[in-house]
Amino acid sequence: MIVLLTSILAITLRAGTSLIYATIGEIYTERSGVLNLGLEGMMLVGAVSSFATVYYTGSLSLAVFVAMLTGVLLSSIHAFLSITMRANQVVSGLSITLFGTGFASFLGQRLGPESNGRYLIGLIGEKFTPIAIPGLSKIPLLGALFNQDLLTYIVYLIIPIAWFYMFKTKNGLNLRAVGENPQTADAMGIDVLKTRYLYTIIGGTLVAIGGAHLSLAYAPGWSENITGGRGWIVIALVIFSMWNPSRAIWGALLFGGINAVQFRLQASGTNIPASFLNMLPYLATIIALVVMTWLENFGKKVGAPAALATPYMRGEK
Amino acid sequence: MRIIFEKRNTISKKAILLVPVFSFIVSLFLIGILLLIFKTNPFLTYASMYVGAFGTWMNFTETLVKAIPLMLTGIGVGLAFRLRFWNIGAEGQLVFGGVIATWVALFWSPFIPAWMVLPLAIIAGMIAGALWAGIPAVLKVSLNVDETLVSLMLNYVAIMIAQGLYYGPWRDPDGFGFPGTKLFPQIAWLPRFSGRAHYGLLFAVLIALIMWVILNRTKWGFELKMIGRNPRAASVMGVRIGSNIIIALLVSGAISGMAGVFEVTAISHRLQQGLSMGYGYTAIIVAWMAQLNPIASLFVAILMAGLLVGGDQVQMMMGLPAAMGLVLQGMILFPMLAGSLFTDFKLKVISNKEEAGV
Repeated sequence: MIVLLTSILAITLRAGTSLIYATIGEIYTERSGVLNLGLEGMMLVGAVSSFATVYYTGSLSLAVFVAMLTGVLLSSIHAFLSITMRANQVVSGLSITLFGTGFASFLGQRLGPESNGRYLIGLIGEKFTPIAIPGLSKIPLLGALFNQDLLTYIVYLIIPIAWFYMFKTKNGLNLRAVGENPQTADAMGIDVLKTRYLYTIIGGTLVAIGGAHLSLAYAPGWSENITGGRGWIVIALVIFSMWNPSRAIWGALLFGGINAVQFRLQASGTNIPASFLNMLPYLATIIALVVMTWLENFGKKVGAPAALATPYMRGEK
Repeated sequence: MRIIFEKRNTISKKAILLVPVFSFIVSLFLIGILLLIFKTNPFLTYASMYVGAFGTWMNFTETLVKAIPLMLTGIGVGLAFRLRFWNIGAEGQLVFGGVIATWVALFWSPFIPAWMVLPLAIIAGMIAGALWAGIPAVLKVSLNVDETLVSLMLNYVAIMIAQGLYYGPWRDPDGFGFPGTKLFPQIAWLPRFSGRAHYGLLFAVLIALIMWVILNRTKWGFELKMIGRNPRAASVMGVRIGSNIIIALLVSGAISGMAGVFEVTAISHRLQQGLSMGYGYTAIIVAWMAQLNPIASLFVAILMAGLLVGGDQVQMMMGLPAAMGLVLQGMILFPMLAGSLFTDFKLKVISNKEEAGV
């Protein structure tokens, strides 16, 4: 039993890593008041570009770097459109997803070697493999935490840092002020537009690493739709974690865990409950959202940043 | 000297027309560069995309097949957006409409007169879509829950319900394990007029006209416009905002639900994987590009569908990825989004002198 649970936990963490990266990224973006629905596209481009890089250079660190670069580029487009040009953020995010999905698929059929019909699909490259930490990985159950790949270990570090930065530093305070009440933040001398640019781009970078984890570690290689809707799940996870990086892990474990359990169910040949099981996290998210909003009506601050998805312009209310 | 944006008093008619045309040209140009990088002739690519989508009557009917759900969901989404209700749940409303229409087609048709099956399927599907859109509307109005997030989550719930059904209890026992229900009886098939293009087109055009009249020629349409422009002022004038939002969203969801009904009754004749092709998301773009105008949505839907079908065509003809269509769809939007600023604002250059004088 313990062995089974340990293996489920290990798979859950592996499936959850990309989600945690992207969730923390999107939390930062949304906390500054920018809603980015382009995650699915950004994760796909991150996944395809990092796999192509590792295929040709064999360098995993370069691959992650290239993915980060694509994240910077795509989120800059979103930032420019939604912050400077004050475009509708829902439409802008969706167009990033549309473009990113198409572009990733395009690259996946063009960047491959001539011998494979220029396809990247079906190729094998370097990948992040689990590194067992001596001693720790032998602990029953919790050992699963210490038999993971490098990117997962890094995310263990990012979670507390992201939390500390957001809630215990001056920069974090400014970031939250910009998302809560940009007028006041502006009056306090915070550059609202610059802050939003910065965290939209930082967020996008993390999201792209999430994509890279898929093609470099979780499901090494490139396949169309490798994200399987993870970019949308992340939007739910952000709500679920109440815009707090330290809680990002719980939602990711929930979704990842349901994936892992479903994996077991499929292996045992039962297909019916799988879809209904998959539905639960989305229902839970809606309920969580309702409860949070309801609590806010009593003056408790738990929910979405007040200025989420609202462009800011000086002197305009 | 510096440049500022000044809000226009009225939206610029010239910008409304010029921005999309200019955006289209810019995106063709940018993708052209991308194609050149990959050693492909952009002119040839565009020509074969055009032929693939509009070149022959047969190809055009395929474009219509994809355009019909986009028209309907585009009109539906557009209605919600008019109220600044950011409903991104058209996908779920479409799917749930399809699911309920399937229920009628498969399980009711033996017990009701043949002529009633299709109308009943359509009505049931519309009610289903309306309910699906009603959930975020009621939550928004009563508790102020964010509608974007709720409607997005409901997409997944609808898709999972559909999956659970065609993988589970509704699965065709003679389907060799194929994930889908059994074929509908013929009485539940919506007729096609040419190729796979079906009479859902008539419904789409009719609804666009009706919506246009409602929005521009009725008191209710006027109220909706007021709410969209300035909710506070509308409220002062005695317009009831909450109930209007809920009613508008029920109508919006019903129209999207209808798109789902047509997908199952006219195209696949069963509920199966691939009912949700992302039409509901593309619909948002259709509605937005059409400036929320229902009649313009018809034409934008044909253009967007043409890009998808044209993308399939370049794959067959030139071995280029079909994703070209998606790339183009996304790319057109970037300059358009940037340009949308100019319909509401104008650039004003302020010289140093002027600034010193103030």
